[in-house]
Amino acid sequence: METRLDKTLEILFELKVGDAMKKDVVTVGPDDSMGKLNEEMSIHRISGVPVVEGKKLAGIISISDLIAWLTAGVKDSKVREWMVKDPQCLYADQPLIHAIKRFDQLRFGRFPVLDRESGELVGIITNGDIILGTLKKLEQDYNEEEVRQYRASHFFEDINADHLDLTLAFIISGKDFDHAGRASTTMKKNLKRLGLQPDIIRRAAIASYEAEMNVVIYTDGGTMKFTVNDEKLTIIVKDRGPGIENIELAMQEGYTTAEPWVRELGFGAGMGLPNIKKCSDFMDLQSVVGEGTTLKIEIMTGVHNETKRINPEARS
Amino acid sequence: MKLKELIQKLDLELTTSPTALDAEVENAYASDILSDVMSHAKEGSVWITIQTHRNTVSVAELKSFAGIILVGGRRPDDETLKKANEENIPILSTRFSTFEIVGKLYELGIRG
Repeated sequence: METRLDKTLEILFELKVGDAMKKDVVTVGPDDSMGKLNEEMSIHRISGVPVVEGKKLAGIISISDLIAWLTAGVKDSKVREWMVKDPQCLYADQPLIHAIKRFDQLRFGRFPVLDRESGELVGIITNGDIILGTLKKLEQDYNEEEVRQYRASHFFEDINADHLDLTLAFIISGKDFDHAGRASTTMKKNLKRLGLQPDIIRRAAIASYEAEMNVVIYTDGGTMKFTVNDEKLTIIVKDRGPGIENIELAMQEGYTTAEPWVRELGFGAGMGLPNIKKCSDFMDLQSVVGEGTTLKIEIMTGVHNETKRINPEARS
Repeated sequence: MKLKELIQKLDLELTTSPTALDAEVENAYASDILSDVMSHAKEGSVWITIQTHRNTVSVAELKSFAGIILVGGRRPDDETLKKANEENIPILSTRFSTFEIVGKLYELGIRG
């Protein structure tokens, strides 16, 4: 319960008045007749109308003002004479939680909403709009969560074959630090969906990230290919050079050929290859100077066991 | 302790949108070497660093970190901020140094 309300509170901070307000506002002018106001209110079935002069808000007039006018029995009266001048307003960029507090304090049925910079009327908000806006956001979050929770772990059960390999490939650009890590982070999400055990995903994430960063830092670019089957995850990383001169030295912790600016970013500490070795069940590194490097990593998965456990039929 | 309680108690500045602040934080790791963080930090940790570039978000994502704390008043680069918001990784900023903020986290019961 507590976390649920926390979530709602989060939404009320995140959503702005401008997100929940009605933008299509019925307005009247200060020189319109009260008779016209009466018509507008009954046509649109609304109980309060902002009064606008030019583009600026001049006042607000509500059903109680209309009743006061009707009771007074004055004919040919203008909105200007009965409206509330300098009404309380909200700004479109204020958090929704602020609007709720104002409704609570002042007990008004509605607030005109202004743009902070221009001071012009941009919308109107009622308690109902706040509830609707919050519910819409909750629904949207819920849908996103549902998509996130979608599991493809039945994949290996649904597709029939004597042997099934699922291969996903990525292209890695050399020296492109802006998109570095894309293959590994995308692949981590994929492995989660495939229902692999957290420990396997953790190791695969580290090994693939280090391998990906090596391609980014040291090479002219390459490819990463992930193959999952019921036995193991295989990662094959190929680059177009320049190749590693001394593999034995490269495998030593702390040995690096990275340039100083790369090291300043926190990369190239000579820990990448040793990290990959620690995280994999099998690792093979082949390199030809001037041609390129091929790295093969294997992590035993036991996907088959995992999917059996998830499949309800297998459980009974 | 929830991340949002840490933010409150340590007066951290939230630079990203206010999402994913309910994560329970038990561990933290302080390092500026990405490979070191990848291999030694525990999942779900908060990560204390001076690195402000966007690759930190990938590391945080891969390690399922609860958040990143930038020390010495550093703030994330624009690209980092954008990516962190997309991936729901909270980035916090403190004027304290690594040593000082680590001490304060330890006092609150956070361990390595």
